[in-house]
Amino acid sequence: MTRSREHLKFLLNGEARQVTNSPPTMTVLNWLRAEGLVGTKEGCAEGDCGACTVVVAEKSVKNDKIEFKAINSCIRFMPTLDGKAIYTVEGLADAEKNLHPVQQAMIDHHGSQCGFCTPGFVMSLWAQYQNIQAHGGDKPSISDLQIALNGNLCRCTGYRTILAAGQAAYDRAAYDQAVYDQPAATVDRQELSQKLTAMENAEILHLPHPSSMFAAPKTLADLLTLRQNHPAATILAGGTDVGLWVTKQHKNLPEIIYLGEVAELQAMTTTADSLVIGAAVSLHDGFAAIEQHYPQMSELARRFASTPICQSGTLVGNIANGSPIGDSMPFLIALRAEIELIGAKGARRMPLEDFYLDYRKTALAADEIVAYLHVPLPPSLSLSLSLSLAKHDGEFTLKFATYKVARRYDSDISAVCGGFAVWLDASHRIRDARLAYGGVAGIPKRARAAEQSLLGREFTEASVRAAMAALSGEFSPLSDHRASHAYRLAMMQNLLLRFYLEHNQAAPLPRQATNVYAGF
Amino acid sequence: MTPDMTPPDMTRDLDGRSLPHESARLHVMGAAHYTDDIPEIQGTLYAAMGVSSQAHAVIEAMNLEAVKSFPGVVAVLTAQDIAGENNHGSILHDDPILAKDLVQFIGQPIFAVIATSTDSARKAARLGDIKYQNLPPVLSPHDAHAQKSYVVPPMRLRRGDVAEKLAAAPHKLSGTFSVGGQEQFYLEGQISYALPRENQSLHVYCSTQHPTEMQMLIAHMLGWPQHRVTVEVRRMGGGFGGKETQSAQFACIAALAAHHTGRPVKLRLDRDDDMMITGKRHCFYYDYSVGFDETGLIQALKLEMILRAGYSADLSGPVATRAICHVDNAYYLSDVDLAAFCAKTNTQSNTAFRGFGGPQGAMAIEYIIDDIARHLGIDPLDVRHRNFYGKNAGAKNAGQGRDTTPYGQTVTDNIIHDLVERLQQSSDYRRRRVLINDYNKNSKFLRKGIALTPCKFGISFNVVHLNQAGALVHVYGDGTVLVNHGGTEMGQGLHTKICQIVAAELGITPDRVRVTATVTDKVPNTSATAASTGADLNGKAAQDAAAQIRGRLLPVAAAMLGCAESEVVFANNRVQGGGKSIGFNDLVAKAYMARVQLWSDGFYATPGLHWDAASMTGKPFFYFCYGAAVSEVTVDTLTGEWRLDRVDILHDVGRSLNPAIDRGQIEGAFIQGLGWLTTEQLVWNDKGRLMTHAPSTYKIPASHDCPPVFNVALYEADNAADTIGRSKAVGEPPILLSFSVFFAIRDALAGLAAGKGSSPPLNAPASCEEIFRVANGFKAV
Repeated sequence: MTRSREHLKFLLNGEARQVTNSPPTMTVLNWLRAEGLVGTKEGCAEGDCGACTVVVAEKSVKNDKIEFKAINSCIRFMPTLDGKAIYTVEGLADAEKNLHPVQQAMIDHHGSQCGFCTPGFVMSLWAQYQNIQAHGGDKPSISDLQIALNGNLCRCTGYRTILAAGQAAYDRAAYDQAVYDQPAATVDRQELSQKLTAMENAEILHLPHPSSMFAAPKTLADLLTLRQNHPAATILAGGTDVGLWVTKQHKNLPEIIYLGEVAELQAMTTTADSLVIGAAVSLHDGFAAIEQHYPQMSELARRFASTPICQSGTLVGNIANGSPIGDSMPFLIALRAEIELIGAKGARRMPLEDFYLDYRKTALAADEIVAYLHVPLPPSLSLSLSLSLAKHDGEFTLKFATYKVARRYDSDISAVCGGFAVWLDASHRIRDARLAYGGVAGIPKRARAAEQSLLGREFTEASVRAAMAALSGEFSPLSDHRASHAYRLAMMQNLLLRFYLEHNQAAPLPRQATNVYAGF
Repeated sequence: MTPDMTPPDMTRDLDGRSLPHESARLHVMGAAHYTDDIPEIQGTLYAAMGVSSQAHAVIEAMNLEAVKSFPGVVAVLTAQDIAGENNHGSILHDDPILAKDLVQFIGQPIFAVIATSTDSARKAARLGDIKYQNLPPVLSPHDAHAQKSYVVPPMRLRRGDVAEKLAAAPHKLSGTFSVGGQEQFYLEGQISYALPRENQSLHVYCSTQHPTEMQMLIAHMLGWPQHRVTVEVRRMGGGFGGKETQSAQFACIAALAAHHTGRPVKLRLDRDDDMMITGKRHCFYYDYSVGFDETGLIQALKLEMILRAGYSADLSGPVATRAICHVDNAYYLSDVDLAAFCAKTNTQSNTAFRGFGGPQGAMAIEYIIDDIARHLGIDPLDVRHRNFYGKNAGAKNAGQGRDTTPYGQTVTDNIIHDLVERLQQSSDYRRRRVLINDYNKNSKFLRKGIALTPCKFGISFNVVHLNQAGALVHVYGDGTVLVNHGGTEMGQGLHTKICQIVAAELGITPDRVRVTATVTDKVPNTSATAASTGADLNGKAAQDAAAQIRGRLLPVAAAMLGCAESEVVFANNRVQGGGKSIGFNDLVAKAYMARVQLWSDGFYATPGLHWDAASMTGKPFFYFCYGAAVSEVTVDTLTGEWRLDRVDILHDVGRSLNPAIDRGQIEGAFIQGLGWLTTEQLVWNDKGRLMTHAPSTYKIPASHDCPPVFNVALYEADNAADTIGRSKAVGEPPILLSFSVFFAIRDALAGLAAGKGSSPPLNAPASCEEIFRVANGFKAV
């Protein structure tokens, strides 16, 4: 194995820091507050309110450019910051206490009332500001701001003043020039890049804390060795679920293996027939790549979770977790996605739907990890269908959509999530159908009977209504605090109907006619 | 990286009075200290609570050995360790700090663990081995009502002859509906930090709206005189009523632990614990009969309201009183029979939440008017108009023209006609109604709806003696000013307004005035900062104090300027008269040398209030606030999803002390009310366990819930009552504006209901599922 290092190195508000003897499950929030940096607050300790928002800056694996990401410090473990730069609300004003434009705009537009959520909002706005400034962008739209702030809850203001402040921060003409031209407004990327480079090294972070082991391998080979030596270890990626095991369930995690530094798993590649997404790729980056090929999933990507969660959490983590309410699985199953498991005996691939055996039970062996997600690209999807039908009937048309229903638009767990794909031949007959749902069974599940009822029929409302009827025969969703059995079943049916309404050949309806969020 | 201690920049005054929040600069720098941010004293210990897993049970045995032996645990405290009164109930003494023999809801604290870290305390708190003998729980308010099980006796307000008028009315309707409860969801959870001080005393930092009550309850618990306990709060990270009485249990436990261990003890609740333990807004169930004529004019109303009080009284009695006093909202109701039942359930003890029953009371009449309008096929706005309090109400013809509330107070300041007329015009309500009808004719799955709802809200505590306040103003030798008063800052901008009031009185700029933490050892015997009265009461008291100092400075100034006292003008940090001008600082320096007292107390008691609780009549309110809102929504009948397209608000704050802060209160209350009536749903399972106890399961509005068009204007006219600067209260009334969202959703569904004249049976919260249920006419499961 590669040489290891027993302390953390990172930049805190631009200054180099080393931390030793910190328990591996120490959250960034608790560490900051113990350091006296109490501007960052705990509102929920589960990554849902954003009072704890801080910003992490790191080099993009893609192009070496620095990306600023708002994250929830309350569920992020300290060792995952190794080699990165972290910014807190205390670090934004310059030495003369001149405020950053987003801070000043928040004052001028009365964006704070009780002030407890304010540092989190400021950090989300600041991250967006850094990224926009770096690309020479213009001020964000209200919609962009709503997305940037969808992980920050405010109970006082009703958000209008904060959104106004978010735009005004870019409005140099309306404000005191002196305030907005302070050097603190944008981070010196060249200098930061040099500092980050200086921290780079080949060592594996391996914290020998008495209460628990934390190892951050940098290669797939080292990861697999660790996995075999520590079969009971918790596999940690984005930590947006594992963090809650510690903060809410008070679990001890005696051994942790962190995937975030494994070079092979940070990669996203496009092969001839599919998009391959590594286990360390964030939800944000993974969705962005998939959206390039399947823009129909963009609303789901916006609603999947908050921006900070999407920037910390990983897409493969959502899949590997095995939760029945993950929103990424239904559409991936519909698109014939496969996962690649790697273990001591080598790699194996399987269709995503075969991974889920029972409630919270997957096909993963003790020595394996879920390494990659393979998302077929649109042409290869149709081609594989042709091959599976053993004869080429001419061009197939793919109709695809994914929808979720939840109480709230932003960052809410679905009552029902559906992913739908049908392949039509030239005569509009359905040659293949994949209808997958989350939130309605112990695992993400295909509606086999409904699919079967569609095969060979024309894509008409009558066919779809028959499939809707079939759904009630094969599913019996639970009633719980999110939704009743009856509502869940009705949503399974009506989301399928919406799919038909928007994608039928005869008279497809625009989203504006079927979806109240079309304008969001 | 030391916290920034420079004073807030109070000079960026954008429109004259709209100063930023006095802590805004600290907020955005993360330099504003909340209770958990106060640097800890060495030796500080941390507390957590062991809670009941049963909704209703006798505690048969308790084995806490595993808790005590958990690493880091220093002490474990139970009811046995309380020397004085084991109670944190503010009115009735029915709230044990730590349950002794009986547990009455899942989440009720039974023991407290004190440890060297929060983590240890929380882990250990789960290890209690408690043997319960279960008793049948009462989980639904209807069941409690059927058993006549109430936390306070039922209340009833009657006027006229309802039975006779109902029988004679040309039209009659009756029905049932409900509104849900609401978690306060202050972003800063409950927290107290208790420090033992010399000679048997305690200093307690507490995130509370009511420091004096915390002080009293801690003293009672320890069997101490009150003067040995000091409670301090600089600011809260939100309160919304949830820290009026419910902060007491945690203040008491922290104080008890500090007293027992002799060390500082902090009790900071985890969010889930906070939501599992503390009370919320009361959900209400309504049953009504109304008689009216063909124009919709109400002739008689009989209404029963059942509230989920939870296991103890807390503030349920006053909440029910305020609900009854707001059933009229903006309407004259000649003959009424209004009853409220505070049902005792084995759930959290419900408490104050912004509006304090007022919104639930007013919601009833709005729902009934909506039903009347749909029954008659008239635009609901016309039925609202028809029932407004008399237009010409005023001192001259008081009592003559439909201007007396059911509880006997004459409405002398009615502006609702003009206000609604203006909003109707500015929002283009009538034309949009036509456009919406057209849209609905052409849209198969999405439907639009619109509603204009008014609000009238009574200002003052319904309990007369609470309407008092005190303040201290200190002018230091350098001319800077420090103000302390009995109100607490929870984000509403109270300290900013007080700062402006004192600055204006002394003729200095607000940057010279600093408002300090609220502390019981300065202004004593304070009332809760509640009922929207913070600025009304404390503003008047602070003005009184500043005016006294000004009065003492006046002769000194006249002598320095060589002019008559009547010619002296205090303005812009200077004092002028007789053609001369001196600096305020110089005047203060001179006055000090002349041995003039440069500090003063101030006091205020709201005049003219009286209330007879037995008959539920009197003059409980000093004045009324008015407002109205128009909301337009689009609803998806396939899923029940909806969006808010546009909101127009015109709201009455009298002569605003700070338009930016008032607007912030209006917008914030509107969105908070929108959450209450739509996305926020409290769900208990069949064992009585609250299943929605964190932001992952309980959904308050987020950034996309802010409407794309959000027009908010202030109806600026002087308050007819003699309030501070002729302003009006603003904290609670605008919650009622959010009714317009609920009724717009109902409006969108109305055309779907089977047959003409029927009303969509929509209950609040109008969740997607509820909307879908109504849209599709299938039964709730």
